Amino acid sequence: MRFVVNTQADQRRMLEAIGCSSIDDLFADIPEEILGRFRPLGLPGASELEVQRAIRALAARNAEPESIVSFQGGGVYDHHVPSVVRSVTSRSEFATAYTPYQPEISQGTLTAMFEFQSMICELAGMEIANASMYDGATSLAEAALMAARVRPGGRILVSEALFPHWRRVLETYCWAADIDIVDVPISTDGGLDRSALDGEASALIVQTPNAFGVLESLAELGSSLGDTLLIVACNPLALALVEPPGALGADIVVGEGQPLGLPMSFGGPLLGLFATRRELLRQIPGRIVSRTLDTAGNAGFTLAAQTREQHIRRERATSNICTNAALCALAATVFLALHGARGLKELSELNFRKAHYAARRLVEDADVELAFSRPFFNEFTIRIPEAPERLLEGLRARGLALDPPLAIPHPQANADPLLRIAVTERRTKAEIDHLVDSVKELL
Amino acid sequence: MNTMFERPSRDDIRGLLPTIDVPSLPEDDLPEELTRRQPLRLPALAEPELVRHYTALSRLNYGVDNGLYPLGSCTMKYNPKINDELSSLSAFSSLHPNSCAADAQGILQLLHHLGVLLGRIAGLDEVCLQPAAGAHGEFTGLLLFKRYFERRGDVHRTRILLPDSAHGTNPASASLAGFTTVSVPTTSEGQVDISALRSALDDSVAGIMLTVPNTLGLFERRILEITDAVHAAGALCYFDGANLNAFIGRARPGDMGADVFHFNLHKTLATPHGGGGPGSGPIAVRGDLAPYLPVPRITANDGEYRLAWDAPDSVGSTHSFFGNVGVAIKAYAYLLELGDLGLRDVSDNACLNANYLQALLKAHYILPHLGLCKHEFVLSGRDLGGDVSTLDVAKRLMDYGFHPPTVYFPLIVPEALMIEPTETESRDTLDRFARAMIAIAREAREEPERLRDAPTTAPVRRLDQTRAARDPILRHPLGE
Repeated sequence: MRFVVNTQADQRRMLEAIGCSSIDDLFADIPEEILGRFRPLGLPGASELEVQRAIRALAARNAEPESIVSFQGGGVYDHHVPSVVRSVTSRSEFATAYTPYQPEISQGTLTAMFEFQSMICELAGMEIANASMYDGATSLAEAALMAARVRPGGRILVSEALFPHWRRVLETYCWAADIDIVDVPISTDGGLDRSALDGEASALIVQTPNAFGVLESLAELGSSLGDTLLIVACNPLALALVEPPGALGADIVVGEGQPLGLPMSFGGPLLGLFATRRELLRQIPGRIVSRTLDTAGNAGFTLAAQTREQHIRRERATSNICTNAALCALAATVFLALHGARGLKELSELNFRKAHYAARRLVEDADVELAFSRPFFNEFTIRIPEAPERLLEGLRARGLALDPPLAIPHPQANADPLLRIAVTERRTKAEIDHLVDSVKELL
Repeated sequence: MNTMFERPSRDDIRGLLPTIDVPSLPEDDLPEELTRRQPLRLPALAEPELVRHYTALSRLNYGVDNGLYPLGSCTMKYNPKINDELSSLSAFSSLHPNSCAADAQGILQLLHHLGVLLGRIAGLDEVCLQPAAGAHGEFTGLLLFKRYFERRGDVHRTRILLPDSAHGTNPASASLAGFTTVSVPTTSEGQVDISALRSALDDSVAGIMLTVPNTLGLFERRILEITDAVHAAGALCYFDGANLNAFIGRARPGDMGADVFHFNLHKTLATPHGGGGPGSGPIAVRGDLAPYLPVPRITANDGEYRLAWDAPDSVGSTHSFFGNVGVAIKAYAYLLELGDLGLRDVSDNACLNANYLQALLKAHYILPHLGLCKHEFVLSGRDLGGDVSTLDVAKRLMDYGFHPPTVYFPLIVPEALMIEPTETESRDTLDRFARAMIAIAREAREEPERLRDAPTTAPVRRLDQTRAARDPILRHPLGE
């Protein structure tokens, strides 16, 4: 095997030093009965060239990327990933290191994590952020568990306009932790129905933009909740334009970091964002990096608050998370460093403008109706006067990919089926016009 | 250490974004009440400056490509470059997870076949690729235990047994899944204490979490007796796969009595660790637990691949989509390249390297458990003289140009040094590492201040962890 360096001569000398006569002797501690049951995979092995060929053939069975114009969204979007992001994350000093348990020789990873935490705090308007979670959905689930530790009570209020695939993960984690989920309905304008908020809970979960793409109004929401914590799930790109949840009373802010320089990769790896208030530091899940000093008095960085973590606290840890999404966090850090506040606002604005152009043209020229009146960011929801499958297939035949129909019904009874459309900076006017014309023709 | 915030920034970078090509109407403006009022203080670095900054940071890091990284239980082996290239093919990386199955036949086929191969490696029946890391696999696997007993009406089975040598993620995952944990002691031979295990087994026990070989690097010689006893008590066996590198290609957890087994693709199957992720922690399960696996599942019918959602007994989902697909592609490429003979070479050489290094070091450090080890072994840094600790040994290794081993784990060995060389290290490297370790043992006796002052050649001197714990500074003030 070409990734083994030792020669057969090396192996013989090593066996001698160990006092074994053969490699098989090294496995004498595994019961015969187990070794005897072994069955191989039936894989012959292959050269690099052959593996490349086999996997390129599989890649060719996917739709050709150039043949799809994506209006898909729901947390993962077709954004441009600047070349420099991959160039930095490909550096093997970053890619082939592990969790920085030995900070003196991990200052590269640790410094970048500190930058990442600082940037995420700034975007979310929060005081502390961790160094990443697996994805937005697990970030949200861990936020719910954290809230239940801070405010024991056994129930979590959840907006019905949460991404259904996040909701499924939240339900799974809450089932395990014996936490009840109580739905909070949506108003006909697509936003949370505040009048339906009823009684105390560990937390209220609101997403903005929500599953319909609608931007929620968070003003005075946090202060109206009493002891109930406010968890806000957000799109980090939108935070360049909208007032951050931290300035509006959020206790925990989570999000999916994919829009910050990660490819879509069929949904993974993604990047869970997690930020909160400083007083909740001891309850936060995941790795967190602190600035400190070395023995010569020079500044450096190290993992901090590790007494919360599984390798110290074991069954009483705040989370079981160990390996997280460090390299994805590095990608987001580079992406944010490249754009800065002004670039990020411009990018956010581009998304906003293009989505609004698409929505306006669909309403004016394709005769569809927006499902909700509330403001939106880069995705919005339309009503379709028929079962949407035929429309989606027709659009796909024209090279246009949309999300499957939304699994959340419109709050109005008997409303038409809903389709969500996401528009990023990558979509040109010509592509948007093609979408509008196609919808018009197909409906 | 300078952060990007100390670099010269500019906020007027042009040419970063495309010119807007759609009309923007004032009536589309974001309403005032939603608009960001809090200033956004994120500096921008021009691309040349940005590349210099992150290149400089990368040089402060130590990765597998820099040298030996013998971090026990982490399997820091060489990560083949071709895998990264294949994983970033645009047909994979530019595919949205909500794409229709027709657009995703290639990746679905790859993921399905990877699942089949992982099932065969584990000697188990069904595989789920959703877990994003080993601990996530543990959690997902224990949810299956929970649902299994729930469906059987056996709701009083709420305890999970854990050897006291278990990885910290095991008890944390058990808690997250709603179980309480019970510790099972280890014998002086470094094996699960079977009589203690038997007396802990009653009808309140849902299962046991075992690591094979265990975290001392020793194979549980009575593993069949252990798993039989657990099964006889009506409980289930979870196997932590962090140490699969010890026997891949030679033995299968399913043949040892595992009901659920998790892989760490970033360990055994050579995908890069990324400085702490993204990893991937697929689980393989016995057939009768398959109905409880997360949704969606990838099914194959006559060469056509689909996502199946219809699974009324499923525990739900533990990831937004299908897990870390980009990582799975790398692992798949690795499996294709290695094949059966290559996988056997992995465990052969992983165990050869570990036993060789153990033989070179056992006269110089306390080796609590004599005899054969598997892919890793544990020394103790106790009684080296000069009042030095294992931490000092670890820091001094940096001055000799090596990444230290895992330290202070497993907890049952005082001053533990847990060493896993992996199969991709050469005899020459192991000899050099052993010479460094032996020199450090001598220094501990004769010049202990060299250890206590270490590291002296790393990018920074020893960092003050206590200060970080007492007075954590977790973000840059950004001009505040």
